[in-house]
Amino acid sequence: MKRIGEWVPALVVFAVVIAAWEGAISAFHIQQFLLPRPSDIVKTFWTARHSLWPAGWYTFKEALGGFAIGSGLGIVFATLVGRFKNVGTAVMPIAIAANAVPIIAFAPIFGAWFGEVSPHSKMAIAAVLCFLPVMVNTLRGLQSASPRQIELMRSYAASELEIWRRVRVPTALPFVFTALKVASVLAMIGAIVGEYFGGAFNALGVLINNGAQIFDFVTAWAGILVASLLGLALYGAVAGAERLVVRWAPDMRDA
Amino acid sequence: MSVVEIKGVTKTFAQGNVTALEDIDLELEPGEFVSLIGPSGCGKSTLLRVIGDLTPPTSGSVTVNGKPARQARNDGDYGIVFQDAVLFDWRTVAKNIALPLEMLGWDRDRRKARVETMLDLVELRGFADHHPWQLSGGMQQRVSIARALAFEPALLLMDEPFGALDEMTRERLNLELLSIWEKLGSTVVFVTHSISEAVFLSTRVVVMSPRPGRIAGHVAIDLPFPRTVETREDPRFFELVTKVRELLRRRGEHLLPEEEELLEADR
Repeated sequence: MKRIGEWVPALVVFAVVIAAWEGAISAFHIQQFLLPRPSDIVKTFWTARHSLWPAGWYTFKEALGGFAIGSGLGIVFATLVGRFKNVGTAVMPIAIAANAVPIIAFAPIFGAWFGEVSPHSKMAIAAVLCFLPVMVNTLRGLQSASPRQIELMRSYAASELEIWRRVRVPTALPFVFTALKVASVLAMIGAIVGEYFGGAFNALGVLINNGAQIFDFVTAWAGILVASLLGLALYGAVAGAERLVVRWAPDMRDA
Repeated sequence: MSVVEIKGVTKTFAQGNVTALEDIDLELEPGEFVSLIGPSGCGKSTLLRVIGDLTPPTSGSVTVNGKPARQARNDGDYGIVFQDAVLFDWRTVAKNIALPLEMLGWDRDRRKARVETMLDLVELRGFADHHPWQLSGGMQQRVSIARALAFEPALLLMDEPFGALDEMTRERLNLELLSIWEKLGSTVVFVTHSISEAVFLSTRVVVMSPRPGRIAGHVAIDLPFPRTVETREDPRFFELVTKVRELLRRRGEHLLPEEEELLEADR
């Protein structure tokens, strides 16, 4: 666990950046609609809380659903591909190629499939965004098991299932958590961008988008602040779970 | 009954058409400490894996405790130690040692008691709850030995177990290994490429020659037990080291009949 003292430099840099931002706006007379003051953003974050916070929660639930579905399917798929080698050689190159596709471009199409206003289309986008990194990383983890450890298990007459349980899965876990952290961020992006193409009136993406269109940039910025805090919360939850589950991974060791 | 009986074992690898082992015959009596020594590529590690049924021979037969090697493996008749400790980072020291016991279905209390005995044996009491990465290389290898011996196998297979350690640690672990062996009375097959280590530890050294891997000769080691630091300074120790070295040097050449006789007398 990092000690509090290690956070001080980051906090100082953060404070300096915010102060410079605030100061630059006064010094150069930057117009409010181009770049609002941080203090105004925080003020709006509070005064508009009755619309912003529930909207954030609504979007967060979409992201969470997409994260759970996409990551879950990614892990299941990786397990199947890892279990049956032939499936892997057939599927992996396609999966890696598909990873380069800008999936966010499918957002309008998903709207048509799952309902433009419905939260399901956002969940679907978030899920698709999460799926590939989780699948690819989990599979890589399952395949990184040490041949020596497997040989040792063979010397104990271990079955394939036991080798999975005691060697492959524990080896894969740090890879899985790395992927889940990436996916937690992608899920929030997926949900918000999905809402830019249409969503419920009380969704965060819609609020940000509308704010920008009527030059109410402070509200848009406050919405982004809400989105960032929720994204951080999800990331933090995954990182916390990682700390509990894979204490042995090299970057978790506190020996 | 022999603990290990190898008859006419040949092993070829399809890849590159390499003959790793050719027509190997070898018998191990209970309680023997046999070292396999030879230059790299002589198939000594492959022979060890064949005994452990971790790789099948191309032809010939291997029996362990009077059973085919496959069944001996399934019955848990041997423990194995590799060059690196092959510990599981996600398990504590105690749980690493308990791994084979879990595989054998021992209950928790029995496992716990045995793990404590083993920790005492390898002098790692107090490290039960440490993780492998918190230990030095020598300590890790001791955990690995404790794990291999935890279920009291009749046979211990060791594949250059101290090859990656520094000389000091290696010599200390040699002494520890011998005292454990004397206590437990198991049969040991020990692969090494250090002549002095082979002579110091063994009751018999089997010298192998490369391409194809063959047995070049046997040297019976008649140094008294218990072996101590002084053993390494015994003139007899040097004689035996020289004998092994000469056998190694002669690899590839055909032995003269009188040399064959000499070697026979050695067995």
